[in-house]
Amino acid sequence: MHPAASVILFTTASGVGYGILSLAPLLVAFGILPDEDRWLGGALMLPALGLVTVGLLSSTFHLGHPERAWRALSQWKSSWLSREGVMAILSYPPTLAYTYAWVSLGSVDGPWVWAGFATVLTALGMMFTTGMIYRSLKPVPAWATDWTVTGYLTLGPLTGLAVIIAIASGFGLHPVRFQAVAIVFVLAAAIAKNAYWARLQAAWDDHAQNAGAAIASPGNTVRSIEWPHTEANYVLKEMGYGVARKHAEKLRRITRNLLLVAPAIVFCLLPSLLPLPYLIWAVIPGAVLTLAGVAIERWLFFAEAKHVVSLYYGVE
Amino acid sequence: MTCLPDETTRKLGLVIDLDTCVGCQACVTNCKEWNTGGHMAPLTDTNPYGAEADGVWFNRVHSYEVTTPEGSSRSLHFPRSCLHCEDAACVTVCPTGASYKRTSDGIVLVDEGKCIGCKLCSWACPYGAREYDVFEGVMKKCTLCVDRIYNENLDQEDRVPACVLTCPTGARHYGDLNDPQSDVSRLVRKRGGRDLMQEMGYKPTNQYLPQREKTNVASSVNQSPALAPLDDTYGASGLLGWVDRMLERMD
Repeated sequence: MHPAASVILFTTASGVGYGILSLAPLLVAFGILPDEDRWLGGALMLPALGLVTVGLLSSTFHLGHPERAWRALSQWKSSWLSREGVMAILSYPPTLAYTYAWVSLGSVDGPWVWAGFATVLTALGMMFTTGMIYRSLKPVPAWATDWTVTGYLTLGPLTGLAVIIAIASGFGLHPVRFQAVAIVFVLAAAIAKNAYWARLQAAWDDHAQNAGAAIASPGNTVRSIEWPHTEANYVLKEMGYGVARKHAEKLRRITRNLLLVAPAIVFCLLPSLLPLPYLIWAVIPGAVLTLAGVAIERWLFFAEAKHVVSLYYGVE
Repeated sequence: MTCLPDETTRKLGLVIDLDTCVGCQACVTNCKEWNTGGHMAPLTDTNPYGAEADGVWFNRVHSYEVTTPEGSSRSLHFPRSCLHCEDAACVTVCPTGASYKRTSDGIVLVDEGKCIGCKLCSWACPYGAREYDVFEGVMKKCTLCVDRIYNENLDQEDRVPACVLTCPTGARHYGDLNDPQSDVSRLVRKRGGRDLMQEMGYKPTNQYLPQREKTNVASSVNQSPALAPLDDTYGASGLLGWVDRMLERMD
């Protein structure tokens, strides 16, 4: 599948943003983040709001008619893309309320706790609906698995947590406070991504082995001898992307190292070994590496997913 | 609404005979000709006479070599267009309501005025039937010539899709696949019509008739004099044959 730059930007930026929003109120509720520090609240919530807003706007850049984007809110009964749009709108009121309470009041007690609860739920809802858009596409066998959704639900919080730890360390909070949470999300993301990759090839082979079924000749071997067009058309440009597939193994290794190994060392291991002043110089680059890793992962997610229409063009 | 109708009154669609299709591209050409002025007009082309020509087409004909498990092979020409599926995921994924399936006849259409050009419908189609118009910023697709089949300005016999009308070998048939007594339904029963990629579960309306069993003519073909190399004495007999034989003997 062709990886549109705007979609990669959207899933990376909003993934980090909703990751922060899905965790920060919980970390406050469990006393891991202090809500009396208004500046910390601003330093976490405002970038998160900025990232999700930039992400949502960038996702409209690749539309043919961005001015009609409001129409996408109408078909939530059948369309996961529409549900994602509705969820994006729903997430703003509680998130703005919670941000107001933390930054202006310096306290998220009482009814504001419910705003925090709704912030977490809508942020998780965003990651879930985004994942379901891809999960529901049967013609892309790599995506048509629950591991796609699990990937979105774990990578968002993992990258959000990396940013939370980096920012909180700047406010004098020792990263060891987040160590247990970091272990949970690094492990969960590692399971989700490796399970996703483990079935990817077999899922494709299931369809490719019976390419004859695509031209009403099941059981027969099919060799494409002439295309309907001499140049690439829309279908090939959109659904036939091949550059990253060629280097899929290398890119997976880079993704594993940046997205999983780097956070495991920086956020799970180092906090037990180093005092805060030194750790700042580890967690900030650690967060940068994690974000670079997730951007490559999003690119690879599109680029290594094959669409069954490519069977018509002789892709094996 | 992009929810699919529970059932449609009729199921209008095509039956394409892969045994008869010769891959002449006439259906492709007439489809483009009609539809570039029809319901989804225009079918824009990018740089049509230059390098990297591209454009919107509703119908594409591929050619394949198909080999049976026994090792017998032959060519197959395959027209690929919208199958107007019963379970059309291209409709349900549409966030705006631009894509819809008609309850009256099952035709899948796009309301260009509502399309935001997100392209998700084209991802949801296993058959690559939808093509995006980069100039108009909307998705386009086969309309089953909805502007021909109900067109009272045309003669009755012309009220069929342009691809069916033009097919010189009679490989394309059009009718109501919901009516068991229609010509197309009978054809499907008689020839064992097939769903493409049945495992996808889209329940395509259009049916494809597989190639008939191949008659083994290999032995007779091999003996044909036309396949032997032509030498300089071809057809020489009588006096000329004698002269030829004599001259062969000379040093």
